[in-house]
Amino acid sequence: MNQKVEVLLVEDNSSDAEMTIRALKTNKLADKLLHVKDGAEALDFLFSEGAYEGNHLGVLPNVILLDLKMPKVNGKECLRRIKVDERTRKIPVVILTSSKEDPDIKECYDLGANGYVVKPVEFDAFQKAVSDLGLYWLIVNAPPQ
Amino acid sequence: MLQEIEVLLIEDNESDAEMIIRALKKSNLANQLLRVKDGAQALDFLFCEGSYQGRQIKSLPKVILIDLKMPRVHGKECLMRIKMNDRTRKIPVVVISSSKEHLDINECYDLGANGYVVKPVDSEAFEKAITNLGSYWLVLNEPLQ
Repeated sequence: MNQKVEVLLVEDNSSDAEMTIRALKTNKLADKLLHVKDGAEALDFLFSEGAYEGNHLGVLPNVILLDLKMPKVNGKECLRRIKVDERTRKIPVVILTSSKEDPDIKECYDLGANGYVVKPVEFDAFQKAVSDLGLYWLIVNAPPQ
Repeated sequence: MLQEIEVLLIEDNESDAEMIIRALKKSNLANQLLRVKDGAQALDFLFCEGSYQGRQIKSLPKVILIDLKMPRVHGKECLMRIKMNDRTRKIPVVVISSSKEHLDINECYDLGANGYVVKPVDSEAFEKAITNLGSYWLVLNEPLQ
């Protein structure tokens, strides 16, 4: 993988992932997106391990969109590992989840999440949310260098 | 002050502050905005000190928008104090600055900034950026409860 990845989408639910990618595509923000299905694969990508060995570490995504409930390494553990490592802690991590539970929100901010978005249940609202989120994190916000 | 503050805007430059407030107003997002002119006043507000003594500390803004170059307490110092204190560290802080220096951007992320927006020079682009920033941080993003 030589191309820079701008968005790392960590999502095990295929239909949510498809919807997210489609919404980003409408603003042409999904050209450099990598979708992985669990936290373990996300960490492999970020730290150039496993299947991503030899991948250039140092080229960091502009944003990581992270689901919470996932197999293998869950979202919070993945978030924690990203935010405790000097190499990756500056990358903006936005939680994209169906949980609007207070303790989840608090815990994620405590672990260093940059943002927390609850997935709207309704289709149009979901599209609008991801589209706004994409414009903010990929166009307006300046990523770490 | 009985009304809850949703946006704390810390900006010493009058015309920039006006532009930000005007852009947020257009989306009806400036009703519960408090603008202060330097980091010292911002810290007084957040920690209920000085002229804000007696304010209920548990009411926290949804987002803090902070400039970097300011008199008295500078933006980075203010950001650091917010992110080091357990009562305030979970509040999303977005830096809005004219500096696009990598050093500034990276340092702010290191200090715990949730986002970093470079002020566009063109006023139309500035307004558009603030509109999008507002719809992300004040509508979409889940604040602490």
